Amino acid sequence: MSPSLSQGIPLASQVINLCAAIMLLIGFAMLAQRRVLTLINLFMLQGFVLFVSTLIVALTTKQNHLLWSAGLTLLLKVIALPYILHRLIRRLSVKWDIETLLNIPTTMLIGIALVIISFNVAQPISQISGTITRATIGIALACVLLAFLMMITRSKAVPQVIAFLAMENGLFFAATSATYGMPMVVELGIALDVLVGMVILGVFFFQIREQFDSLDIRHMERIKEE
Amino acid sequence: MTEFLLIDWVLFSALAWLSIGLVGVAFPRNFTLISRILFPLGAVVALVLALLALSGLLAGPQVRILPLGLPDLPFHLRLDALSAFFLLLLGATAAGISIYAAGYIRKGEGTAPGLQCLLYHVFLASMAFVMLADDGYAFMVAWESMALSSFFLVTSEHRHAEIRRAGYLYLLVAHIGAVGILLSFGVMAGSTGDYTFDAMRDFFHEGIWPTVAFLLALFGFGAKAGLLPLHVWLPEAHPAAPSPVSAMMSGVMLKTAIYGLLRVSFDLLHAQLWWWGILLLVLGLATALFGVIFATVQTDMKRLLAYSSIENIGLIFVGFGLTLVFKSFLLPNLAALALTATLYHCLNHAFFKSLLFLSTGSVLHATHERNLGKLGGLIHRMPWVAWLALVGVLASAGLPPLNGFISEWLLLQSFLFTSGLPHGYLNMLLPVFAAAVALIAALAGFAMVKFFGIVFLGQPREENLAHARDAGRLERIGLLWLAAGCVLLGVFPNVVIALLDPVTRLLVGSGLRAAASSHGWWLLAPISEDRASYSPAIFLGTIALLMPLVYWAVNRYYHGRLKRVPAWDCGFPLQTSRMQDTAEGFGQPIRRIFSPFLRRTREHPSPFDAKPRYRSIVEDPFWYWLYLPIARIVEHGTRLIAFLQQGRIAIYLLYSFVTLLTLLVLTRG
Repeated sequence: MSPSLSQGIPLASQVINLCAAIMLLIGFAMLAQRRVLTLINLFMLQGFVLFVSTLIVALTTKQNHLLWSAGLTLLLKVIALPYILHRLIRRLSVKWDIETLLNIPTTMLIGIALVIISFNVAQPISQISGTITRATIGIALACVLLAFLMMITRSKAVPQVIAFLAMENGLFFAATSATYGMPMVVELGIALDVLVGMVILGVFFFQIREQFDSLDIRHMERIKEE
Repeated sequence: MTEFLLIDWVLFSALAWLSIGLVGVAFPRNFTLISRILFPLGAVVALVLALLALSGLLAGPQVRILPLGLPDLPFHLRLDALSAFFLLLLGATAAGISIYAAGYIRKGEGTAPGLQCLLYHVFLASMAFVMLADDGYAFMVAWESMALSSFFLVTSEHRHAEIRRAGYLYLLVAHIGAVGILLSFGVMAGSTGDYTFDAMRDFFHEGIWPTVAFLLALFGFGAKAGLLPLHVWLPEAHPAAPSPVSAMMSGVMLKTAIYGLLRVSFDLLHAQLWWWGILLLVLGLATALFGVIFATVQTDMKRLLAYSSIENIGLIFVGFGLTLVFKSFLLPNLAALALTATLYHCLNHAFFKSLLFLSTGSVLHATHERNLGKLGGLIHRMPWVAWLALVGVLASAGLPPLNGFISEWLLLQSFLFTSGLPHGYLNMLLPVFAAAVALIAALAGFAMVKFFGIVFLGQPREENLAHARDAGRLERIGLLWLAAGCVLLGVFPNVVIALLDPVTRLLVGSGLRAAASSHGWWLLAPISEDRASYSPAIFLGTIALLMPLVYWAVNRYYHGRLKRVPAWDCGFPLQTSRMQDTAEGFGQPIRRIFSPFLRRTREHPSPFDAKPRYRSIVEDPFWYWLYLPIARIVEHGTRLIAFLQQGRIAIYLLYSFVTLLTLLVLTRG
């Protein structure tokens, strides 16, 4: 195994870089996507890419706990969450086009600026990090920021939740690329958080719709202290 | 546990109060138990505490460390002469108030009796712990539980919006004050990080730090005592509270602030600066003058007494300031004289003001009326309350042979010695202050005549006053106890001064015991016989002789020749009780003289009005000069901040997004 390993590292690192590039691309695609259904599919795809990259990192560096993380990612982000989201939008019947607060081209331009900033910011971290995935820290940070931007620019509740989940994806990616993942306990905790958060938000969706006959969070603007 | 000390007994009495309160709340439905057993039991505990404190005055300081509280932060307790004196004040006053409260509480009036029993006894116990505390932590815990329990007692009738408002104001000022005290302890603990009072005594403060600590303590304790301009809660909270609680707050709780400031300025800080004393003098005089002027123009009897409390606190602070001045100029004998006057006045005020507040409670229960304009002639319906209130009124007005006279006389005596001060300006200024004290004493007499005259003398102003009934037996015992205290403190001043000797020795290093005991019990000559002396016994004897003589002479030569004939009725064919001098009318001259101090709105009826109504509202100008501007600034500031609250989730997310980006870029640079 050892001779193939010495050759495998550049290949593995190339694959990881490819995964990172795909993640970023999906990030932009989500930013530009107007349909909820496609958005969920993109989210699923992103989860899958994350799973693949985590698996490769785990195999090449022989970090066993990363295998667990990868399994968890597959189970939660590729299968469970998209399934819940699909059911949710079917029951809420919200497959409509998404209204954005900002038009798409402007959002994309801001996204590009964010990518530049995050690359710039991540540079010193990459230099001190000793992992094989260090080149991807900038991309991971960019994924987080792009998801955040998406959360800001969407006015409906479901896409905002998807953006929130995508942000968690980016965070997870950043963790694996900077330090080979967080301690197992933390990762399990976050996974549970995401799942529970999803359930609670699901309940909230129904409550919001019952109250306002719509999932448009602009209706909630009047809930503030005068 | 080593030997059983006096401080342990004191501790046990405080715990006994707590357990009485817990028993009360455990059987909330058993009204007989609460009013006939628990409250009288509380009074017995108070009496025991007073006796313990009396022996504590003579014993040396005792310390005890309680393994309670947070880990590594046990409660330090200490019983010395100063705390023993204030415990004596607490116990002696609480004995009367508790027995009165036993007869006063009713079912279905405000908070349920069981809960009231708990709050009242927690209030008493926390005051005892304030006096005992020997570290900043224990002190603050006791201080805050005192504030909270009294807050819930004040808002006992919380269904009225104005009472909730009064309670809120009280809580607000109490907490702002507590912050001042906490900061002061912080400064005094200095770099040691040790909050025991022992560490503060040993720590040497440099530069401006003692002054900072003193000013913070002055702010904090001043807020509790009702020093100008932090007095605003007093006239609101005292009328709102049930009468025994008002009596407790005015009589004892205000004194805990005096205790705290005495502890900080003489015990914990080593050196005193003379201008601290001048500051206290000026603040005290302003407070007293303000309080007495407002007392004369009030139309609500409990509010009148609240302003009178402000006046008395002002006088106490004047004595306190004088003590500081003498102490800083190294004149221990004169400092002891001024401090004796201060402490004596604390004790006197506790007795006579509780007595007066309790008598307003009886009037309130009998008539359901606090407005002076709707009372009158109650001396015929409620002779017990009226005559006992008369004792309190005379004491409060500072008339011999009652106790109020002694302390005011001692205060003026100590002013007379200020000419010996080695400071030119002070020598010129202090006689003016003495004159102001005399003016305040005279105006206090005026306010008290108004209080007693309008409530108890004359004709009843309303018809339902005819049904007023005198106080019950337990209430009478409480009132009698306090009235007896007023008389005894006035007749035996030498005994009291001898008792105060250990306290003044502890704080200023000198005492008046020798001067007090040198002339026997009947003659009081604080400095020397040829300067000034006062003999209460001779005074009392003369009054006792003259009174029957005057009574007889008036009856014989004045009423004896009077014939009751309805002639022209002096041009008044119809005389009703409405034609008597009213509270507004009686206060009118003072209101005119001091009109710049008052903020007044009046509504005059038009001449053609069939049902004329006259309304005159006198308000505290400090609301408009100080509090409302502060409130406006705060409101304006919060409105600026509230601009951030847009209600749109996207904007909120944008805030955290921008924060994140900024932080990222900053860490990069």
